[in-house]
Amino acid sequence: MVDILFYIFAAVAIGSALGVVMSRNPVGSLLFMVATLASLAGIFVLLEAHFLAAVQVIVYAGAIMVLFLFVIMLLNLGHDYQKDLKWGAFSVLSFIVVGTLAGFLARALGAGSTGDVMSSAGGRSIDAAVSEFGAVGAIARPLFTTYVVPFEITGILLLVAIVGALVLAKRNV
Amino acid sequence: MLLTGGTAALQAGTEAGSQSGAGAFVPFLPGLVVLLPLIGFVINGVLALLHARASAVAVRNGGELDLDGPGGRPLTHTLPTWVGPGVVGLAFLITLVNFVRMLGVHLEEPVVRTYWTWIDTGTFHVAAALQLDQLSMVMMLVVTGVSFLIHVFSVGYMGDDPAYPRYFAYLNLFVFFMLTLVMASSYALMFVGWEGVGLCSYLLIGFWFTDREKADAGKKAFVVNRIGDFGFLVAMFLLFSRFHTLDFVPVFHGAAAGLAYGGGLITAITLFFFLGATGKSAQIPLYIWLPDAMAGPTPVSALIHAATMVTAGVYMVARSSVLYALSPVGSATVAGVGALTAFFAATIALKQYDIKKVLAYSTVSQLGYMFVGVGVGAYAAGIFHLMTHAFFKGLLFLGAGAIIHSMHHALHHTHSHADAQDMRNMGGLRKYMPITWIVMWVATLAISGVWPFAGFFSKDEIIWQAGAFGGAAHAPYPRLYTFYWILALAAALLTAFYMTRLMVMTFHGPNRTGTEESRHLRETPAVMWIPLVTLAALSLFGGWINVPEKLHQSFLGLFGALPMGEWMHHWLEPVTAAAQQIQATHLGAVSESAPFGGGEVLWGVVSFLLAVAVIAFAWRMVGSRKYVPAEESPADTGFARVLNRKWYVDELYDTIVVRPLKSTSRFCWKVIDAGVIDGIVNGLGYLARGLGWFGSLFQTGTVNTYALILSLGVLVILGVVIF
Amino acid sequence: MVVASMILSALLFVVGTLGVLIRRNAIIMFLSIELQLNAVNLAFVALSRVWGIEGQIFVFFVMTVAAAEAAVGLAIIISIFRHYETVNVNNFNLLKW
Repeated sequence: MVDILFYIFAAVAIGSALGVVMSRNPVGSLLFMVATLASLAGIFVLLEAHFLAAVQVIVYAGAIMVLFLFVIMLLNLGHDYQKDLKWGAFSVLSFIVVGTLAGFLARALGAGSTGDVMSSAGGRSIDAAVSEFGAVGAIARPLFTTYVVPFEITGILLLVAIVGALVLAKRNV
Repeated sequence: MLLTGGTAALQAGTEAGSQSGAGAFVPFLPGLVVLLPLIGFVINGVLALLHARASAVAVRNGGELDLDGPGGRPLTHTLPTWVGPGVVGLAFLITLVNFVRMLGVHLEEPVVRTYWTWIDTGTFHVAAALQLDQLSMVMMLVVTGVSFLIHVFSVGYMGDDPAYPRYFAYLNLFVFFMLTLVMASSYALMFVGWEGVGLCSYLLIGFWFTDREKADAGKKAFVVNRIGDFGFLVAMFLLFSRFHTLDFVPVFHGAAAGLAYGGGLITAITLFFFLGATGKSAQIPLYIWLPDAMAGPTPVSALIHAATMVTAGVYMVARSSVLYALSPVGSATVAGVGALTAFFAATIALKQYDIKKVLAYSTVSQLGYMFVGVGVGAYAAGIFHLMTHAFFKGLLFLGAGAIIHSMHHALHHTHSHADAQDMRNMGGLRKYMPITWIVMWVATLAISGVWPFAGFFSKDEIIWQAGAFGGAAHAPYPRLYTFYWILALAAALLTAFYMTRLMVMTFHGPNRTGTEESRHLRETPAVMWIPLVTLAALSLFGGWINVPEKLHQSFLGLFGALPMGEWMHHWLEPVTAAAQQIQATHLGAVSESAPFGGGEVLWGVVSFLLAVAVIAFAWRMVGSRKYVPAEESPADTGFARVLNRKWYVDELYDTIVVRPLKSTSRFCWKVIDAGVIDGIVNGLGYLARGLGWFGSLFQTGTVNTYALILSLGVLVILGVVIF
Repeated sequence: MVVASMILSALLFVVGTLGVLIRRNAIIMFLSIELQLNAVNLAFVALSRVWGIEGQIFVFFVMTVAAAEAAVGLAIIISIFRHYETVNVNNFNLLKW
């Protein structure tokens, strides 16, 4: 059951990822992207990362994608069917590079794939933490103890990003 | 072990010198002796620059700097008269004080005064230090004394030259470097002086540099000297490789223990040092620059190219006496080259017409004698001849200068373009210049070896020692030394001949200058003839300080009445003792008779009589010839032409050295430099440019291209990581 | 499932790369970069099943950075659009000798 779900999600993810790349309409690309993110969220759930799955849907598919959509609408690119996919030497070269990259990655990740490791030590520790503190507590505990400094710095980063985005996008600085 | 031994000896020497107890030698301001000429150089140099500026301003204003203008001569022209000779005279006085102090004590080890560290890298340490011992004291006296006289003479000779302050600046700089050379306490510092005097020689030969020929003569002297300097440098490197120091005291103390007698290393060292000496002291094969060096002002010829600088090689060999005593091959080469040069140069002098050229070849010849002396282990005799030669050859050159000065004035009055230095244009000058005439005869008798003039004792002793050395119990090459002895004797006779020829052609017979010109011939002013007379006195009496013992006791020494028999020999004994001991150990006692029999006194009488006979013969032969002024003279023919053209040595060198060198250089320039090297350099430039052009193709300005290249990089790194 | 997730992650990353390489629309290129980030996120989450919770925490940080990047990047695109009236990157080639 879980495996079947995984393959369904995976198929949707790959398919919509290709849609993102191939779609002529920017809005279409965006919607394909939302589909990809949603199916990835499903896979996260299958991988027992419930909190991240929720964040994926809320922050990524929700907030960030809406931001993209706003920009597309703002710039009035919704009907921009300008052909930006041109077949030529460059595209062929790109495909060769990407194909080789895929080959390399498949070889690197496929090597040493002996059986399923879902129930290894790391997985068991996560499961134990989730059963003890809940899905949020399991990730929040290390985040606010061990990784508190990076966490706070991330907050500053976001603040800087907000200011930067404002400064850049504002008409008259 | 060696080094520590040497250092200990050095410390012992310093202590011996610095002890304040009775009998110790306390140097009196030795640094000032060197410093004074340098101060003079700075002052005169500044004056020369000011003078040059003033004359440049005058030329810019459309005129010329008039030295004899209404306001009198400018200060830049009058001050050098006092500064130039003054500093050298002061240096001479200080040297005299030191000499008197040294006379009073018996100094076994040299006194080394260290001023500061000059080079201090790794194992190589050189201090700026002055060494005072008997040998450097003799050299200091000769250098400062003769220099002072020649400086005074220059006041008269160069007084009207527009570049007068520059002249004295160079002359003072020369004295500074010469004193550095003779007072240095290490080969490295000696080399500084060695190079410095070469520089001054170059500057002064080309003093009238607007004349292309004279500038070229300076360059020739400089370049030929470079060959010798190469030898000096290599010898220093070899010496350092064995002793790890270049200071005289440790080297000489460690030499006997550190170097095998007659071994390869010591032979190489001595031969390379001698190569340096042949360059500086104008010996075969590097003598060719000295005759050309006569292009400089005549007092310069007297000072640098007769009395002091050219004797630096002799001084260096005498200073390295321990090394040369250890190398029979090196010594034999020194003596052999000296004997050959003495004879060879004397033959050339026979047929020269330029009065300075005769004296130049005579100098080369006399330097050859000195090398015979130091080459046969008679270091004191070599230095003795160096000293007497400084007197009489300095006198001869200054006398020639006086003649040329006078001739110049005479020819100048009639605007004649005749050569003021050609003896065929002179003749009968004794009427006009009686003082010069007398002092020149004194010098001629001295150089010819006529008793009791200085040259008789010094030259005779060298010839005698050359013969006696070949008869030593274990002499390395007895036949060879006999040959040297014959060459030296023959050269002595030739000397008497060419000097008499010079005197007769110049002072005797009818005057050939021209009737109008001869009315303007004048005796030189007092500032010029006083140094001449002083040097004449030294040429007469200077030889008496070192009359060989046997001669001293015979009638030649007035049965011991001459005051200072063998004084120089004893004086230099602390310096040469080590070398003499090595020689005595390995060669045994020298012979008591000449190669073909006869004692010292007999040969002394023979050489004296021969000299007188040759002078008489030359007088008759040259006096009976009818000379005509140079412009009307026919060219020499036959052997005389060969001699006049100096055996065609310059032409020979031109063919076998200069031209191949030039064509090789041309090949290197056109093919190797312009073709290969420039090709490589330019090719690299083109390559870089092409690569840049190729690289710029990737810079499209489009993000996608960059992303693709980035991905390619990722691919490469991933490939490296995975495989 | 971990291995399968890794392969899926690789495929998604490659597709994202392809998008960056061949698209000219700046916003789509941006989306492709987000796709690459998500591919990496998937790998992190999958590997957290092997190595522990740290992988998930890293995903958290990546998301934050992605959000910041999106904000700034989109702002840049807006200002570029104001200047050129287009978001086609072929027109932004001033950085060329």
